Amino acid sequence: MSYLTHASRAEAFTLDHERTSWHDETLWFVRQKRDKAVYAVPEFQELRNLASAIKDHTLSRLDEYLAQFEAAAQANGVRVHWAANAAEHNAIVLDIIRARGATRVVKSKSMLTEECHLNPYLIKEGIEVIDTDLGERIIQMRDEPPSHIVLPAIHLKKEDVGATFFKHLGTAEGLTDPQQLTEAARQHLRAKFLAGEVALTGVNFAIAETGSVVVCTNEGNADLGASLAPVHVASMGIEKLVPRLSDLGVFTRLLARSATGQPVTTYTSHYTKPVEGREMHIIIVDNGRTQQLGRPDFRASLKCIRCGACMNTCPVYRRSGGHSYDFTVPGPIGSILSPNIDLKKHSTLPFASTLCGSCTDVCPVKIDIHVQLYKWRQIVSEANHLPTAKKLGLKFMGRLLASPTAFKVSGMLGRKGLRLLPYGLTHNKTVNAWAIARELPEPPKQSFREWYAQQAQPAT
Amino acid sequence: MKVALFVPCYVDQFYPQVGIATYQLLGKLGLQAAFPAAQTCCGQPLANSGCEREALPIYRHFVDTFHTYDYTVVPSGSCVYHVQKHFDKLEQTPAVQHVRATTIDLIDFITNILEIKELPGTYPHKVGLHLSCHGQRGLHQANESEMTPVRDGQLRRLLAGLDGIELTELDRNDECCGFGGTFCVSEAAISGRMGHDRVQDHLRNGTQVLTGGDMSCLMHLQGIVRRQKLPMRVLHAAEILNGLTP
Repeated sequence: MSYLTHASRAEAFTLDHERTSWHDETLWFVRQKRDKAVYAVPEFQELRNLASAIKDHTLSRLDEYLAQFEAAAQANGVRVHWAANAAEHNAIVLDIIRARGATRVVKSKSMLTEECHLNPYLIKEGIEVIDTDLGERIIQMRDEPPSHIVLPAIHLKKEDVGATFFKHLGTAEGLTDPQQLTEAARQHLRAKFLAGEVALTGVNFAIAETGSVVVCTNEGNADLGASLAPVHVASMGIEKLVPRLSDLGVFTRLLARSATGQPVTTYTSHYTKPVEGREMHIIIVDNGRTQQLGRPDFRASLKCIRCGACMNTCPVYRRSGGHSYDFTVPGPIGSILSPNIDLKKHSTLPFASTLCGSCTDVCPVKIDIHVQLYKWRQIVSEANHLPTAKKLGLKFMGRLLASPTAFKVSGMLGRKGLRLLPYGLTHNKTVNAWAIARELPEPPKQSFREWYAQQAQPAT
Repeated sequence: MKVALFVPCYVDQFYPQVGIATYQLLGKLGLQAAFPAAQTCCGQPLANSGCEREALPIYRHFVDTFHTYDYTVVPSGSCVYHVQKHFDKLEQTPAVQHVRATTIDLIDFITNILEIKELPGTYPHKVGLHLSCHGQRGLHQANESEMTPVRDGQLRRLLAGLDGIELTELDRNDECCGFGGTFCVSEAAISGRMGHDRVQDHLRNGTQVLTGGDMSCLMHLQGIVRRQKLPMRVLHAAEILNGLTP
């Protein structure tokens, strides 16, 4: 089976020049807000070091901390479930819903449930699932995946939202006022919140020593859902743990500053035990994470706290859009997570980068993202997932560059060819991708080595 | 001090004037650089494309060519970064370790090894400095906007020391130009768009001469400047520091 490349999807996105500019500038604005928030905290780099060390430590003893977390959560009266993969996770969620005889579910943002494709699974089983995060709700109406992990509908303009609400919520045609659109969504969601029988949430941090989970939102939708519904199900990947409650402050200080430039998320809610007469469940999910933990070069990717800063700063992401990655988590971090899940399908993602390194430098937990991109490229190549023409070309180049004579001769021929061949041939856009947006360098008559050979050299 | 000049493969073939400027500039600073004729490339184009294994013979050839010199000076931070960082795949013999430690970018060599903080010269033009990501984030030659609002760096200081020069203040001081090695053809649409945006930032803010320490970024940006017929000259920093007037 062949897959569309990132490059082809990215090219389609860039065809709309103005929209690409708008997308780039919108996310660059978020990056600038992040910069301001970061500059204002003198110890920000220290915080990054600390967060990185805490995560490294936690991952090095993940088995112990998971057992500690489970025991503490159970002692709090929480029911803990383990899921090896997406299918197990989804089946557990359905069992909990069915056991209550429920059919209406409200869900706050959770990239894990996106990863598990929970929504389509539950809907097929006759359950109504309503995403309550505003951005998530918008894309749910449009039947689109999120294009960003923090700003899921960032690819849409207010005109797009107006058209979506006109179709699904009956707002006036052509309405684009953000406040009125938001109010329409609030009224719509309020009814859904009140009717919710089971609330699903994600987990930003899980505290091993207390057994509690922490959910960060700006809209308070997780809180409203979990407070109103008699059953709360929190889904978390195994990597969400931090050892102690006192570790949490390091991460809450980094998360919102890195994500949106806010000092802290509007809501940072701790869920420790169910209200009397109610149920609280935590589902701990592996789904490929243990495999990634077993890869020394890539295990640091599990330190990710899903702030999205690498997306906002990535000059490629800003111009190609989140959907060009065709993976639950787009952008640089997604490009080092996805090959672990399906190397062949996602083989072009590690190449969707100039390796500029900005992602690594904004990452609040210091994941060496661009280094891992480079390393995945080697693995993609070794697994023979490079396009054949590219591989052959590179092999030829390898032999050429290891031989001074071949290098000298081919350089001379190349320059001569460029000078003599007609422009229409050297700049043919179907043969030469360089020439789509750029002129080739003007070939000089003499190479440096030819010039140097003519200089009088002092005896050495 | 025994100094070799490594002229990156594409500079040798397409931009001999950059090699010449580097050679002459070193000469003015009292160093007669040698150009070992056996040199080819650092292997980065292959390795960045996932063919690190195929690049190993190139790495070995590079080490064989340069290990007898005190320093190997390169007018390209990107190649230097590759040698320093990715030659870890070779067996770490004394020769390999020496080459990794002493292969150095021209600007680093001038400011850190020769400890020259100012070069004489007059350059009455508005100059836009393009920071190469490998030089800036890889070799830490300049401050990063990810860390600090202060725009500073070695090349910026050397250029600012020229009489009459005015440096362009860009909207985005250190955004990648989109060259990225084979990225420029494998992701041609994004690469072209990134380059376009970078050039527009310079144009908007009045750059007459676009310069930088890495000819690969500049080759890409120059290709766009020439395609769009923009009133901007593209020169390697070595050419400016060597006294070339546009």
